[in-house]
Amino acid sequence: MPGLDPVILFFILGVAAGLARADLRLPGAIYDFVSTVLLLAIGLKGGVELARDTGGLPIAELAGIVALGLALPLPAYLVARLAGRLPRADAASLAAHYGSVSVGTYAVVIGYLAARSIDYEARAPVWVVLLEVPAILVGILLARGLGGDVAWRKLAHELFLGRSVVLLVGGLAIGWASGPEGTAAIQPFFFGLFKGILALFLLEMGLIAASHLPALRRHGLFIVAFGVLMPLFGAVVGALLGRALGLSAGGTTVLATLAASASYIAAPAAFRTAVPEANPALSLTASLAVTFPFNIIVGIPLYERLALALQG
Amino acid sequence: MEQFNRRLLTIVTEAVLERELVAEFDTLGVRGYTITDARGRGGRGTRKSDWAQEGNVRIEVVCEPAVAERVAARLRDRYYDHYAMILFMQDVSVLRPDKF
Repeated sequence: MPGLDPVILFFILGVAAGLARADLRLPGAIYDFVSTVLLLAIGLKGGVELARDTGGLPIAELAGIVALGLALPLPAYLVARLAGRLPRADAASLAAHYGSVSVGTYAVVIGYLAARSIDYEARAPVWVVLLEVPAILVGILLARGLGGDVAWRKLAHELFLGRSVVLLVGGLAIGWASGPEGTAAIQPFFFGLFKGILALFLLEMGLIAASHLPALRRHGLFIVAFGVLMPLFGAVVGALLGRALGLSAGGTTVLATLAASASYIAAPAAFRTAVPEANPALSLTASLAVTFPFNIIVGIPLYERLALALQG
Repeated sequence: MEQFNRRLLTIVTEAVLERELVAEFDTLGVRGYTITDARGRGGRGTRKSDWAQEGNVRIEVVCEPAVAERVAARLRDRYYDHYAMILFMQDVSVLRPDKF
């Protein structure tokens, strides 16, 4: 298969091994380590690039990105309620998962762009941070209403001090403070090994996705359709926003991919504590078994073409 | 050797609840506990320990019978409906009653 990145083949290997019940299991500590390195590397890379260019962070763009995170759950909720006839809590949970983002998908898209020498905005990791939390808050409001009984302080602690936010922001800060020269000694580990670490991460994600595939039969066709159509819709919205904000073609591809991606770490954890009656398997299955594979195998090349077409 | 009766309370539940349950213990008078990662199968399907997101933990508490009752009642009221959780109790003997 020409053009298919080897890291994607690692994902497919994971899915195949999982489905065949092969004797393959990465210990939980390895998954934690690999995802920690990925998050730090993504943050560091953004920080180093930000230290290099002095353009700073355009406020209008960042506000637009937060608005995207707040808006995306709404159509997702309506579709889940009306077309999927899901209970309120489940529809809100799906909406939060699909409004929020997947850092794993982001890692794949920047790997994809780097392999094709396509530039994108250095501040892209900031977009990831900004997109992670708002949709989850909107989802919880959709489930509970404004006067709902939610332990907001505990939730805020969990969301804003979650692993991905802390490591991404921490990496950004370290990269920005140390700059290209300061980080030279750690670059071979974090940047040089990025694709290898990503390959291991995707192997594990393949195994996890495979373990969720049997659940698809239980949840029916709606979840499969939602898991494919919602990212396509999100990608179009993200790409249009990227175009309106004047991002580069690479940046527009990244934003479209982020809008298409669905959370499988932060959103499930937040919903488990804040809205426990929502079925956790439903959203996680859609996100992991349908949307993640769809985005990394089929979606990203499509979103790149969409971004290029919009650039004219 | 003198022995003293206590209750051993074992809880198997979702790893996401760990922090919350530990906070509950503090308010209910539990003096100590042991937590281990766990995996297994039950009413909510197979739960694995290799991905923290869907992992289980087993929490063991040795305490006075009254405390065990309090903890069990609180967990039943707050968590049984929406979380994967089981709980069982046994009588155990300890040598240092002041610890438990």
